[in-house]
Amino acid sequence: MTPALSIRDLGIRMGGRQILHGVSAEIHEGEFIGIFGPNGAGKTTLLRALLGLCPISCGELLVFGKSPGKANHSIGYMPQRGDSIEGTALSARSLVSAVRRGESWGIPWPSSASRNDVALALELAGASSYADRPFSVLSPGEKTRVMLAQSLIDKPRLVVLDEPLASLDPKNQMLLVEHIEKLRKETGTTVLFIAHDINPLLGVMDRVLFIAGGGAALGTVDEVITAPSLTRLYGMEMDVIKTDKHVFIVSSESNVTEAACHA
Amino acid sequence: MLDQLLSNFSYDFVRNAFFAGSIAAILGAVVGYFVIIRNVGFAAHALAHIGFTGATGAALFGLSSLQGMLLISCVAGALMGVSGNKLHRSELAVGMVLSFALGVGTLFLALYKGFAGQATSILFGNIFGVSHSQIVATLVLAILSLVALALFSKRLLFASLLPELAESRGISLTGLSSAFMVILGIAVTLASQVVGILLVFTLVIGPAGIAARFCRGFWSSILISILIGLFSVWTGILLACVTNWPPSFWITAIIFTLYLIGETLARYVFRLER
Ligand SMILES: Nc1ncnc2c1ncn2[C@@H]1O[C@H](COP(=O)(O)OP(=O)(O)OP(=O)(O)O)[C@@H](O)[C@H]1O
Ligand SMILES: [Mg+2]
Repeated sequence: MTPALSIRDLGIRMGGRQILHGVSAEIHEGEFIGIFGPNGAGKTTLLRALLGLCPISCGELLVFGKSPGKANHSIGYMPQRGDSIEGTALSARSLVSAVRRGESWGIPWPSSASRNDVALALELAGASSYADRPFSVLSPGEKTRVMLAQSLIDKPRLVVLDEPLASLDPKNQMLLVEHIEKLRKETGTTVLFIAHDINPLLGVMDRVLFIAGGGAALGTVDEVITAPSLTRLYGMEMDVIKTDKHVFIVSSESNVTEAACHA
Repeated sequence: MLDQLLSNFSYDFVRNAFFAGSIAAILGAVVGYFVIIRNVGFAAHALAHIGFTGATGAALFGLSSLQGMLLISCVAGALMGVSGNKLHRSELAVGMVLSFALGVGTLFLALYKGFAGQATSILFGNIFGVSHSQIVATLVLAILSLVALALFSKRLLFASLLPELAESRGISLTGLSSAFMVILGIAVTLASQVVGILLVFTLVIGPAGIAARFCRGFWSSILISILIGLFSVWTGILLACVTNWPPSFWITAIIFTLYLIGETLARYVFRLER
């Protein structure tokens, strides 16, 4: 079976700076991958590269065996920010409906098939109850759900979510993660999930892709989230504190946890 | 009273005004809705004003002012589109181009002295002076624009709302915005025949802006926008017939009133935040 994502010795340069280099990873279909790393590490850049939105300077990146941009109809994408629609009076339902087969020609006439798909995606994302209110008045957490619905609309084989937990409270973080996990079980989609705190994802992730210092490490939590492996990535002394249910990454020098740094 | 109003329609120029006004209002309402969701209001405003240079230049080169405006607005629109998403949303970039273009317009005006009299009607509109051939041109242009827009409106809606996502599905944002800006160039030119270059904002952005404040669906927004546009143009022309005040005044006054009512309702009745 072709892997969902196969990355070999990938390098990305942007604005004259080497953002990522020597990244290799193979992600299988149906996996739930948590992507972590400090601000500016290149997490969003990697997602954009696999969508074909930013050029690769060296190495190879294949999505379902095809080069980036060639398999995008089977990828659902939730961008880190939706600035362009912050003020819109359009309802969540209209937004999701605009995304459905958004790349087709003609007029955006909502057929009954389209209305069903939209209702289903909203249902799946748990956003049905406020689907007809204007998007601009929804709370950040509700907006996240709508954006999730939007990413599910064209029945993707791969869903890439860029920090869906930002601006959610701990309870809603948990609910959203459970929700996405349930979705994955039902539909068998591959999930790439960027977050800053590892803990909400501990129970559901198959593996972790940790990006720092231009490089990346892929493996299970126990393999990657260890003091030696993170020290190598960050290029500075890092410690990992594990309790029964929690993991904290701390810099040995500054005694702040990774989660606390970025919250 | 009603008889008196209807008797106005026995005049050719009133019928022409109604016809040209309706076409411009419909095109303006539809295109304006995309202007609102794409957030390119200033670029739209600038495209109309750049038309002034086209009109004054046309006189120098022996073209009609409609041809001149159309040409320059479409070319400027295409250039804005090609320059990329960031640039034509940048107030600085658009403002720079606009002021330079108007400067050139002033030069043309100075070179061709006979034009000064026409300038007022270009700036403030002269709907009662629309000729039969202008109406035919207006109709053809509006139909072409609407057909073209219909061909890619689904893409345009998607790309306007979520550009990053659209790009990730292989839509060329530059191509799309260039095509849209050319159509916008046509819409502002047609609208400027009705209310004049200076007041185009009223007809192209006003109705859609009011509609976009309330309507939660794409089609309801478009429909309400068209209705507001038609209502203001029709009422404006009738009131102009009755009072002898300029139709441009009435149309802007009606749209401004609707805007105030809409804003009040949105804030205090529907409690929508800005
Ligand atoms: N278009 C660009 N031109 C130049 N540099 C860029 C560009 N886009 C991103 N970068 C740089 O690439 C680096 C990685 O950015 P990226 O957005 O991928 O970080 P991230 O890991 O997603 O961070 P965050 O946690 O803040 O979202 C940053 O240093 C950023 O400044
Ligand atoms: Mg990011």
